Amino acid sequence: MSGYRLDQGGLIDRADPLTFTFDGTEYQGFGGDSLASALMANGVDVVGRGFKYHRPRGVMSAGVEEGGAILTVGSGRFREPNVKAPVQPLYQGLVSSGQNAWPSVRRDVGRINDVMKRFLAAGFYYKTFFGVRGGTKDWMLFEKVIRRAAGMGRASRAPDPDRYETAHATCDLLVVGSGPAGLAAAKAAAGAGKDVILAEQDFTLGGSFLARSGGIEQAVAAIEGLRAAGVTIMPRTCVFGLYDGCVAGMIEQVSDDPGLHGVRQRTWVVRPREIVLATGAIEQPLAFGNNDCPGVMQAGAVSTYLNRYAVAPGKRAVIATTNDSAYAVAADLVTAGIPVTLIDARPSGPDAPEGVKVMHGTVPIRTTGSYVLEGVDVGPLAEDGYATVSRTLPCDLLAVSGGWTPVVHLTSHRGPKPVWNDTIHGFLAGSTTEPIRTCGAAAGIYAHDDCVASGQAAGTGDAGPQPEAGPHPAMPLYEIKTHGKKLKRFIDPQHDVTADDVRLAEREGFVSIEHNKRYTTLGMATDQGKVGNIIGIAIMADASGRTIAETGTTTFRPPYSPISIGALAGRGTYMHFRPVRRTPLHEWNLANGAVMTDAGLWKRPWYFPLEGESVDDAYIREMKAVRATVGLCDVSSLGKIMVQGPDAGDFLNRVYVNGFAKLPVGKARYGVMLRDDGMVYDDGTVWRMSDTDFLMTTTTANAAGVMAKLEELLQTRWPDLKVQLTSVSDQWAGIAVAGPKSRETLQAVTTDCDLSDAAFPFMGIREARIAGADVWIARISFSGERAFEVYVRGGAADAVMQALWDAARPLDGVLYGTEALGALRIEKGHVAGSELDGRTSLHDLGLGGMASSKKAFIGKAMMDREGMRDPDRLQLVGVAPVDASRRLRAGALLDTRTDLIDHGQGFITAVTDSPDLGHWIGLALVKGGLERWEGKEMTSYDPARDGNTAVRILSPHFFDPKGERMHG
Amino acid sequence: MIRITCPFCGERDHSEFSYGGDATVAYPALDASVEDWNEAVYLRSNPRGPHKEYWHHLNGCRAWLIVERDTLTHEVGKVEFAHPGLRNAVRTSV
Repeated sequence: MSGYRLDQGGLIDRADPLTFTFDGTEYQGFGGDSLASALMANGVDVVGRGFKYHRPRGVMSAGVEEGGAILTVGSGRFREPNVKAPVQPLYQGLVSSGQNAWPSVRRDVGRINDVMKRFLAAGFYYKTFFGVRGGTKDWMLFEKVIRRAAGMGRASRAPDPDRYETAHATCDLLVVGSGPAGLAAAKAAAGAGKDVILAEQDFTLGGSFLARSGGIEQAVAAIEGLRAAGVTIMPRTCVFGLYDGCVAGMIEQVSDDPGLHGVRQRTWVVRPREIVLATGAIEQPLAFGNNDCPGVMQAGAVSTYLNRYAVAPGKRAVIATTNDSAYAVAADLVTAGIPVTLIDARPSGPDAPEGVKVMHGTVPIRTTGSYVLEGVDVGPLAEDGYATVSRTLPCDLLAVSGGWTPVVHLTSHRGPKPVWNDTIHGFLAGSTTEPIRTCGAAAGIYAHDDCVASGQAAGTGDAGPQPEAGPHPAMPLYEIKTHGKKLKRFIDPQHDVTADDVRLAEREGFVSIEHNKRYTTLGMATDQGKVGNIIGIAIMADASGRTIAETGTTTFRPPYSPISIGALAGRGTYMHFRPVRRTPLHEWNLANGAVMTDAGLWKRPWYFPLEGESVDDAYIREMKAVRATVGLCDVSSLGKIMVQGPDAGDFLNRVYVNGFAKLPVGKARYGVMLRDDGMVYDDGTVWRMSDTDFLMTTTTANAAGVMAKLEELLQTRWPDLKVQLTSVSDQWAGIAVAGPKSRETLQAVTTDCDLSDAAFPFMGIREARIAGADVWIARISFSGERAFEVYVRGGAADAVMQALWDAARPLDGVLYGTEALGALRIEKGHVAGSELDGRTSLHDLGLGGMASSKKAFIGKAMMDREGMRDPDRLQLVGVAPVDASRRLRAGALLDTRTDLIDHGQGFITAVTDSPDLGHWIGLALVKGGLERWEGKEMTSYDPARDGNTAVRILSPHFFDPKGERMHG
Repeated sequence: MIRITCPFCGERDHSEFSYGGDATVAYPALDASVEDWNEAVYLRSNPRGPHKEYWHHLNGCRAWLIVERDTLTHEVGKVEFAHPGLRNAVRTSV
């Protein structure tokens, strides 16, 4: 192919010259050019390399179905691979490069694969690399090498520097496509007073108008009319999917130029009342020898390059067709002064355009030219479907039309399978009950005037013309078979799938079209089978002796064209991906040296290091201080729910396994709640503030879930209960004051609260004032020490925390974080998230005694069902290393064997170095629990980290098992 | 992309709601037998077509709703409050 720019015509702005580069060489194009047309105008013929065989490829189409000119655009962090050159508008400074070739697309070492091609048939890699020696292990090794050799472009490894956003819209009618049918539909609907959005994936409106001689002027006039009628026109907006409830997903390409601070792409969620699909049709190739040679392209695309871009794709043309549409292409070529021979597979056709030599009953058999197109061997097509070469036609452009296939992808997204139509030899959209109408070429209506009528009818919801075969029906021809030497006949140029690959797959038993697709990878490239699908199905039908209708088609799924993940994410990236939750004490914690950690969405203090301390140093010091003096910890992330009303006590009694109805005012109680299936769900404390007011705390993780569950129970199961729920998690801050000197610390900051054991016993709650703020104090302990929790409204949390810290510091107190908090609870054997994993029952956790026998509660019937009391269930135990110098690891498996290939007898859930005991300890879930294992040795099996460690199974209550310290 | 018309808030996107399970299940009394509870917790029909489901208007009014949804087409039909008191109040006021 040796393309060049025509002197006049086209929708390009010759006053707007643009400089761009391809593989390092600088070229010039014009405003209005696509990257493909600009390359072609500069005579660049080879722009890519094939996927498997690394054969040279040129521009094959003028649209999203492009299988040859797939380039990388941009450089550095702005680099985007797999850009289809025909849909990329040219801009000043555009940088592009070829893909899948080394060192360049013109001299590619990988071409050697082409010599080896008889070894690279469908399924070759799987057959060769699976099952040899190490089986899948080897495959995983080879796969990396194979993927590198056979691949598309590489994405930038840098974070995406571009900005994206999401927008929403509604309208009466969404028209997809701006060709003759789409414009007519929009005009008719707007004329009827409808609010219309017209979306066009191309950067220029007009669809097939732009390919027709004289069509541009008609399109411009029609679009002006739509603007005047108030239609919202969105060019460069691809409708990539249709979804439930008549929702269209669209991506608008807002700007190309890297480094602009604007938005690159915008995702639209559009909710129209009705949708008209005027998505056109895609011209199909023919499978003949070396049909991937640079210089072979769709016939219709030739007209687009001539008329829209004023670019001649070659100097001497041959057109091979099975239908009437290519005759107009021949006329366009003659107008541009390019000599053209038209070969028509049919015995007869329309009149030859002036200056065009037409050969009937003739088909292309193979191209000639070792690198780019030099000619095509043609010959008569015999009755049996085989052809023999009769002569060679020299050419540098071969325009092929194997008929047209309507674009029915979007209707398929909604479920209806495409239906084969024998009149047009193509699939039409299946029928739908949704308000989605298809018109124009997308409905198999190809004549221009009929397209307009079809669009008008669709716009108003009236009946339009139906598909017709016309006076010279198209010939259903898909592959040109030859006797003798096998020719490479491509049907999916992007994935290098050939006609013989499909036949081979059929012989190997992949008869279902869905299996065939996956085995040959036909239609799985970035064009999603827009070009190769029909021909592949036709060959499959032929090979298996079925009709195309019987063979069926594969399922089209969104997206219609590839879309960037960034556009789907919109602004929801990094910290906007999920909200960050900060406690009211967040800034205070940071100011006082906290290192933070994530607990779900929450930021929580992890530890408070002194100068030079590691996390281990810090949490051990914090733990020691809590056991010796006093520690303060921000526990604001706990869920907090006010449960109020005359039936609140009764309600809690049904929710928790233990009794709450008789909880006295001024007291708190620890409670455990189960799920309906009897598994432990959550735990926390409930404080009774008055007869009808309770404050429930939940774990941090389950705060939202417990609230939703309680609402469900009150609204769906027990609507008679008079209970009001209010989440106050964000309103209240919580501070744990733990340690032997916790009372002294509190006493120093509050004067109106008697903290003596007699006045404020364990599990008591009191109102008080600290630093001028009203607070609630509960004497509850997670650490096992004498401890209190102080709750205060968020706005006053800093002042209360500061007052407590001022009192604690002179007592050698500390601030402690979640690491020490977790370690303290492990020493006490308190269960937390790692044990409440949704698979443990009360009995498993040693909490069976909490379950009330005097009342019913959620999960009661199910907690004792068959299997739930199996002695083999995993049950809570403590573990310690036999050799006190060894450390333990959470996640290690436990067993008496030392080499495991199964899950063992259990696993360690949580570990800590215990300063009180002088060695590591852990909690674990073990089959049979303490009853079976107490005092016995097991092996902690941890091959990926510390190897095997001998451990002893102990009671999980390592520290102060009788609880004397917290009651004291 | 379905929309649910909350009887309190009006028509809203489904992303405001969370699915809450089969609304045709009648949960037994807390002291009912393990067989009854087993049925309520585990046994579900898998209907093709219209179905009644609980949806929780999580990011809205927090009402639990009974939504008629076609499992085949995702078409949403009648939407009512799950709480009978609220349901009746709406019926009376219409």
